[in-house]
Amino acid sequence: MAVQPEALARHRLSRMALNRMGLWLFLLSETFFFAALISSRYYLQGLARPETLNQALGLGITMVLLLSSLSAYRAETCIAHGDRKGFQQNLLATIALGLLFVVGVAMEWREAFVHFPPNTGFGSIFFTMTGIHAFHVLSGLLVLTLVYMLGRRGHFSAGSSWGVEGAVKYWHFVDVAWVFIYPTLYLVT
Amino acid sequence: MAFAPLLRGIGFGAVGFLLGSGLGAIVRVTMGLDPWSAEALVVVGYIFGLVGWLLGVGVWGTWAREWFGLAARRGEAQGWRRYLRFSTDHKVIGVQYLVTFLVVMLLGGVLAVLMRAELMAPGKTIMTLNTYNNAMSLHGILMVAVAVAAIIGGLGNFLVPLLIGAEDVAFPRLNALSFWVIPPVAVLLLLTPLMGGFDSGWTAYPPLSVINAQGQTLYLLAFITFGFSSILGGLNFIATVIAMRAPGMTWSRLPIFVWSIFAASLISLTATQFVAFALLSVLLDRVAGTSFYDATQGGNALLYEHLFWFYSHPAVYIMILPAFGVALEVLAHFSRKPLFAYKWVVGAFMAVVGLSFLVWAHHLFTSGMSDFLHLPFMVTTELISIPTGIVFLSSLGTIWLGRLWLTTPMLFALGFLFNFLIGGITGIFLADVPTDLHLQDTYFVVAHFHYTIVGGEVFALLAGVYYWFPKLTGRMYSERLGKLHFWWVLLAYNVTFIPMFWAGLHGMNRRVADYSPELGGINLFISIAAFVLAASFLLMLVNLARAWVRGPAAGANPWKARTLEWQTSSPPPAENFPAEPQVVGAPYDYGVPGSRHAVVAAKGASEGEEKRDGDAAPRNQED
Repeated sequence: MAVQPEALARHRLSRMALNRMGLWLFLLSETFFFAALISSRYYLQGLARPETLNQALGLGITMVLLLSSLSAYRAETCIAHGDRKGFQQNLLATIALGLLFVVGVAMEWREAFVHFPPNTGFGSIFFTMTGIHAFHVLSGLLVLTLVYMLGRRGHFSAGSSWGVEGAVKYWHFVDVAWVFIYPTLYLVT
Repeated sequence: MAFAPLLRGIGFGAVGFLLGSGLGAIVRVTMGLDPWSAEALVVVGYIFGLVGWLLGVGVWGTWAREWFGLAARRGEAQGWRRYLRFSTDHKVIGVQYLVTFLVVMLLGGVLAVLMRAELMAPGKTIMTLNTYNNAMSLHGILMVAVAVAAIIGGLGNFLVPLLIGAEDVAFPRLNALSFWVIPPVAVLLLLTPLMGGFDSGWTAYPPLSVINAQGQTLYLLAFITFGFSSILGGLNFIATVIAMRAPGMTWSRLPIFVWSIFAASLISLTATQFVAFALLSVLLDRVAGTSFYDATQGGNALLYEHLFWFYSHPAVYIMILPAFGVALEVLAHFSRKPLFAYKWVVGAFMAVVGLSFLVWAHHLFTSGMSDFLHLPFMVTTELISIPTGIVFLSSLGTIWLGRLWLTTPMLFALGFLFNFLIGGITGIFLADVPTDLHLQDTYFVVAHFHYTIVGGEVFALLAGVYYWFPKLTGRMYSERLGKLHFWWVLLAYNVTFIPMFWAGLHGMNRRVADYSPELGGINLFISIAAFVLAASFLLMLVNLARAWVRGPAAGANPWKARTLEWQTSSPPPAENFPAEPQVVGAPYDYGVPGSRHAVVAAKGASEGEEKRDGDAAPRNQED
């Protein structure tokens, strides 16, 4: 029996496209986690915001994280064009900026312990939100470091860079999550 | 050695636990705290232990080595040894899920028997009130896990790739990972009695769940881990259905069971994150000193109820959608008729997915939630009866004027319809605010959700197990014992749960070991019926275990069904089909002249030698 035409029109996805879809589904799922987190802030605290928040530091680490997304994007583009050196340099810059962000959060925590410790209303939200986000940053840094080590050993090339793309997409997601968390904690009034 | 992966997993897990709890103690010292806090150390130790267990059981060998530039190790074991290792074969994983959750279901059943024994007479009978609360809570969470994962994880894993003509799921290693985080969940829950148990029910509402015994922490870790498995499983099914369909398997030719798994996966991928956060916030209140639920610090216990039910109401659709899928699948094949209103059913599934996110607060009608929220949530909840009604009408239209082949699976599918009708209609009284105010937290609620989940979902699970058992094992069970099991379960089930509606209306509170003396008679009756119901499952165990070991060979297609899983040998080979199937028509067009579902070329066969799928003419066989 002849196969009907629509069967021939079927496209079986490449491994790469499948991986990409899997990652997007995972990020969609994660979005719900951050949505739960952000809605809890408004449910418990409304628009309350302590004056003791260190606005300069908050703005600073936000800039650092945004910059790290830029270098991550450059690293991905470099390897896609076969530029190994640029790939390595930009990846290293991303990791450095990510670490700087973590240090910034640690400084923020030191102050927060004094002004609104975790057992207070705002403190509960603040520490949980920044803590969960920092956990995502750390896991992203772990993946980026693995990608960097693999890259040093000669893995990845213009035609095969899924590992880089996946890690960088996750990093962008962590960055975007902060873009929502930052105003939720620091800016709303 | 057959047990090497398990032993390595346990060993790595133990090392991870010690490492993690040691690290936790060090962190506590540097923060100026007393290093010894059993709960905090267990939490950190568990996280490291879980990673160790997964690496040891197979993630390191088959997967993580690649992250360090090493080659992953391949190789599958044969026979029963496959089931004890990190196998990436979806059929092995499906059987692992089914057997694991069958055991969990029996444990939950034993707890139910103990609870009914306590409730045989008012006052204290065989256990303390606190023991009863712990048994009730453990029964609840074990059975919820069974309800969420047995059909999707077990039947879904085994059958979805077969039904769509694929070799495996989209992400086989992720699939194995989703299963292997389940054993730690079971171990944690079974260890809860050693840390004082948890008496908060499966819903774990704060403030009680923040201040009760340390067993609650194990429950929280277990549930979060289970959610992780559920999310990854849902992700895998969505990607599989989108990307792995055989040529010609268009969306309108998907077997309805595949659609139901797809719909349920959309919920488990997304909503589960809300319960993960809800449980995490209770955990943080317990071990990290936050005050989400401490009213003196601006905390609010209602937040938990919102977050919890934003997942846990959709979760009942994670349970029931695949049950709809199994029931409709079985009804269509054994009525030997096309599935009635196929496209409406697909639309109804999607409508349930959409509505499921808009109904959660009907669990909060008596919780002190703002009054103006009552009406909208009552309306959205009642709207759900439209898509579920469509599914029900489709099943009636499918069997309408059909020449029904009343096999064991068909009987269970019909039993599903009967029970679910009762479950659905009694739900209306709980959706309506005026009646719910009186019925909330009584046995009316207990009876209602057992009708939907046991009478509904578990009946569909049993229909699916009996329907696909020949495909899973290649053996046939005793049809006589299967039918006996059906009538036994159906009668004992209804005799147990119908009186609970009455008891609830007469003031029997749920989750309480004691009750007023005038309810003694009805409770004694329910308990005896429950023991009879529990015993019926032993019959199924005997029947299936005996068939698996030395039942007669079932053949590739004992039901003469048309869908793809029956067009390959039983059990199917590792690659599922000898050659990629070509789908050329709808799955259930029994009796439609000239219709075919699929063409599966035999191994090494030339173009002309194709295996025909189920007969086009209606067949009416009696065993």
